[in-house]
Amino acid sequence: MHASVLATNGSFSWNPVVDWQELTAQAFMRNALLAGTVAAILCGAVGYFVVLRGLTFAADALTHIGFAGGSGAVLLGLSPVYGLLGFTTLAALGIGALQRQLRGRDVVTGMILVEALGLGVLFLRLSSGYSNQTYALLFGDILALGSGDLLVLAGAAVVALAATAAIYRPLLFASLDDEVAEARGVPVRGLAIGFVLIVAVAVAAATQVIGALLAVALIVAPASSAQRLTRRSGTGIAVSVALALAVTWAGIALAFWLPYPVSFFVVSLAAVVWGVVRALTARHRVRASLREAHAAGVAA
Amino acid sequence: MNLVVSGTSPLSPAAPPAPPHGAAIALHRGGVFLGGRWVWRDVDLEVPQGEFVVVLGPNGGGKTTLLRVLLGLQRLDEGSVSVLGGDVRRGRRAIGYVPQRRTLDRDLSVRARDLVSLGVDGTRWGVPLPSASRRAQRARVDEALAAVGATAYAERPVGQLSGGEQQRLLLAQALVTEPRVLLLDEPLASLDLRSQGVVSALVASVARERGITVVLVAHDVNPLSSVLDRVAYVAGGRIATGRTDEVITSERLSELYDHPVEVLRDSRGRIVVVGLDDRDAHHD
Repeated sequence: MHASVLATNGSFSWNPVVDWQELTAQAFMRNALLAGTVAAILCGAVGYFVVLRGLTFAADALTHIGFAGGSGAVLLGLSPVYGLLGFTTLAALGIGALQRQLRGRDVVTGMILVEALGLGVLFLRLSSGYSNQTYALLFGDILALGSGDLLVLAGAAVVALAATAAIYRPLLFASLDDEVAEARGVPVRGLAIGFVLIVAVAVAAATQVIGALLAVALIVAPASSAQRLTRRSGTGIAVSVALALAVTWAGIALAFWLPYPVSFFVVSLAAVVWGVVRALTARHRVRASLREAHAAGVAA
Repeated sequence: MNLVVSGTSPLSPAAPPAPPHGAAIALHRGGVFLGGRWVWRDVDLEVPQGEFVVVLGPNGGGKTTLLRVLLGLQRLDEGSVSVLGGDVRRGRRAIGYVPQRRTLDRDLSVRARDLVSLGVDGTRWGVPLPSASRRAQRARVDEALAAVGATAYAERPVGQLSGGEQQRLLLAQALVTEPRVLLLDEPLASLDLRSQGVVSALVASVARERGITVVLVAHDVNPLSSVLDRVAYVAGGRIATGRTDEVITSERLSELYDHPVEVLRDSRGRIVVVGLDDRDAHHD
């Protein structure tokens, strides 16, 4: 089933109970909501550190490689989720190990990524289900997600979240101040590799929901908004997860009643939230710095 | 400008204080070989406990390398080194470190207090949970913030603080483990003149109060001349140590650089070293 755009599903009733019943009446919708929930929690939490560590580009790189992996799995007759997870984690090991050498090598990295996309296209052409699978991998097809894939996704997400919790404090320390952290005995290199592995799982999860080309939005937009809204890392992660859940659920619900794809709604809502938060906090910041300048002027 | 430190050293500036319990830092015939050359070699450096040493020298001369050796981040290729009577290794709480940096990202919205707090528990695994030790940690963080005069902005996001304010926080983060040796890499760089004076006076007074040995890397000795006990000048693969008026002389520096150098002193005792700049050194 190519279900990313739904036909009519009755009409929105303004009665939340009736709407909820209609939304969750069918198995594929329950699967979609569950997968969206898993992906949003993981991406919201992991995204906080992606933004803090300036790893947006690495996350984007992983989506390209995930696409190649997903299409490779399709070629082998497997579910794309295995190829996604397999390729992104392998690539994460490479990125983690070569992080220092790759810095400032934009052309090399860019060429590898483009080649990954090219391979993905080749794999898909070689396999039979060209257009549907391409569409699903590039732009997401959460409404077509099977229960088996959902289980794999949830399992990987639980492991990734547990790992994030386990390395929380040293990761925060290394993200804010890697030199002091290293001097204090934090294994910064090991943490860097471990964290990119966690990002790989988040990328695979986000790709399942909104596709490889848009996955970065779910990882970066809620986290970046949350960082502008909070001053404590614990609260920041909670707000990031809440925003990711809100845009994902709202996106799936909107796609249920309106004839447009889930990915479009999720990405657009994430962008709107991000833009609004940015505009609001920018005004607040200008006022704060004016106050400071005034205070400094008085003091001098 | 407030460059005067309250409670200046009771000891005569002419005689550096005798080590109370031996040396805090002892580097013996040390050498580091990096990128196909000796950064410095056959270097002896002994810092008695409680002393304030300023490390000077040209860029790329190996000042930071010296700190990295003391932190256990850089292995010696020759000679031996000990800090507080023990071998150097990473993760010693008795050694506080403030690395060289540019100012933090303006968008970094982590509270000042949390940055300092990582000095206590940033090396522990897992997420912080409410507990008695957590409350004790809060008290220690409050104490460190107060010691550097940062209490007023403890709740503000670090990205929005000035360079001098950030430098105080990093000092507080280093102090929170109650170190006996403090290593600071260019803490005065990127600060305006007034903040340079305030920060160096602050480091000196905190160190004196707690008997902390300080090794501070700087590129200008002048803001520090009233607080330092000794200077260590790193250049030409060697290190010259001693009192300022012994080390920063035209003869000693010309010998270190193996190139004529002139040291000038103005009427207020400010020191200027000329002839080191690449623009002045066209001699090939």
